[in-house]
Amino acid sequence: MPERSGVDKDVILSCQAVHVRFGGVMALTDVDFDVREGTITALIGPNGAGKTTLLNVVSGMVTSTEGAVHLLGQDMTRSPAWKRAQAGAVRTFQNLEVFTTMNVLENVMTGVHRVVRYGALSALFKTPAFFQGERRCRELAEEKLAFVGLKGDWNLPAGELPYGRQRLLELARALAAQPRILLLDEPAAGLNTAETRTLAGLIRRVRDELGITVAIVEHDMDLIMGVSDAITVLHFGKVIASGTPAEIQKNPEVVAAYLGEEAE
Amino acid sequence: MKSSTLRQLAPVSAFYVLVLATPTLLSYDYYYLSILTMAGIIAIIVMGLNLLLGFAGQISLGHAALFGISAYTTAVMTATYGFPLAVGMLSGVGLTAVVALVVGMPVLKLKGYYLAMATLGFGLIVYIFFNEAIALTGGPSGFVGIPQLHFGGFTFDSELSYFFLVWTTVTVVLLISLNLIHSRIGRALMALHASDKAAQSMGINVARYKLFIFVLSAIFAGIAGVLYAHYLSFVAPSSFGFHFSVQLITMVVLGGMASLWGGIAGTVFLTAMPEFLRAYENMEVIIYGLILILCMMYLPQGMAGGVSKLVALVRRRLGRA
Ligand SMILES: Nc1ncnc2c1ncn2[C@@H]1O[C@H](COP(=O)(O)OP(=O)(O)O)[C@@H](O)[C@H]1O
Ligand SMILES: [Mg+2]
Repeated sequence: MPERSGVDKDVILSCQAVHVRFGGVMALTDVDFDVREGTITALIGPNGAGKTTLLNVVSGMVTSTEGAVHLLGQDMTRSPAWKRAQAGAVRTFQNLEVFTTMNVLENVMTGVHRVVRYGALSALFKTPAFFQGERRCRELAEEKLAFVGLKGDWNLPAGELPYGRQRLLELARALAAQPRILLLDEPAAGLNTAETRTLAGLIRRVRDELGITVAIVEHDMDLIMGVSDAITVLHFGKVIASGTPAEIQKNPEVVAAYLGEEAE
Repeated sequence: MKSSTLRQLAPVSAFYVLVLATPTLLSYDYYYLSILTMAGIIAIIVMGLNLLLGFAGQISLGHAALFGISAYTTAVMTATYGFPLAVGMLSGVGLTAVVALVVGMPVLKLKGYYLAMATLGFGLIVYIFFNEAIALTGGPSGFVGIPQLHFGGFTFDSELSYFFLVWTTVTVVLLISLNLIHSRIGRALMALHASDKAAQSMGINVARYKLFIFVLSAIFAGIAGVLYAHYLSFVAPSSFGFHFSVQLITMVVLGGMASLWGGIAGTVFLTAMPEFLRAYENMEVIIYGLILILCMMYLPQGMAGGVSKLVALVRRRLGRA
């Protein structure tokens, strides 16, 4: 494996020369993407640029054709998705993936899966470990629901929540897993302006209060410019720029490729 | 936490009281009791299948075969080789679990129809084995002379004693199944059913949980198998064929997917019904088919869903009055 030596200890996620091909489509070409611990790092780009694909490569839902993914200090290029989550890289989805048949609280308690553990025998025969574990699990879930501000009936089937609340629920579920890095795929999609503003505050609190690194894919420029410490821009599967929000806003190539599109 | 345990324990206790009262309610009619004993044995399989299909969303058309493997194993161990009953029964359940583990590992990678076809194939192979391994199984004419159950000095030779044995087992299996679904494991199973992707991204090892529940459901089928063999003291391949697997699925669907209580009700109903439809014996398959279709059309949540709809309707009516 061609190590790019001197991978910073601060770098919690590092994608190196990632290529992804879907049949004839090159979804990603030679993509480098780093996320430093403690930051909110954004991945932006027009529709179809390959943002979700890169997040899939990071979370293990798509294996890259070439390249490497270093996550949380390990080479996880070939690790299955669940192992990456176990290691502390937890994601949300652009097209909601809440557990619709389970209620709101159960959804978030499922997020706690990697945090609070007890075995099958404890579950089948309700040993003290079960009771302890369930109590802890419920506490953590309730704490995260409160954190994202999801009020109302937590016994409701999650599928019956309105769209915006399902987004919050997904966020609470991911937070319940106590990730070291949280990967968000267009968390503001389908939200109105007020909801988006709340979300921006929430994402900052995730970093500042919970100390979780955030990698965010987003379309909403105001949100991105407001919350991110660093931005990487994808265009037709290639990185065309990386830098601070101020640098990105001034980059002529980015303006042409992406920002210009919005200004029209 | 204690209150949730209580909420679960209360109905199960009530259920067991009903079990204890049933022989009296049926005025010790041995014919009815024997039907219920059979229903209880099948209900144990159905509960496992409900965990697998209703909760984890994985179909199996091989559970009749798993049931049969256990029944034949204890039969051969005790009758042919003269091992003690406990050894025979443990090997029955144990071998079923091992077979499920070995078959489940490759097969559970498949989804939907493919999984149905693969488990169907497994079932057919086992069925053919039961028929062809005549030296071991007695072939199509069956295996006779399986000893009756006895523990300590007590022999389960009466209809009544076996009824209690079976339905006590049903109650225990029900209780541990309820425990399971209200735990992190149950949540993981429902999660992988609802969204495989999201379950994985919560760190759930989806393949391992599928295998776990497949093996657990096989253990339930195995328990049913040994109870069955020592109850009838006779087993034949025809009891473990494709037809029975379909019946099992029908019971899960009719009772209500993801409802253990519904599953028991569906099983009792579908086991008792043919007894009362004896006159139309050849129609049985058609009637099963019809039930399955009607159920899909009008009762997608099964009997359990039907009952809760009915309760809601009555409440609304009463509220209006
Ligand atoms: N599973 C897939 N199979 C085939 N093509 C895909 C698949 N996923 C994404 N693509 C293609 O890859 C490109 C990038 O898609 P995506 O990563 O979803 O973009 P973005 O999230 O930036 O909008 C698109 O052309 C898309 O059609
Ligand atoms: Mg996308």
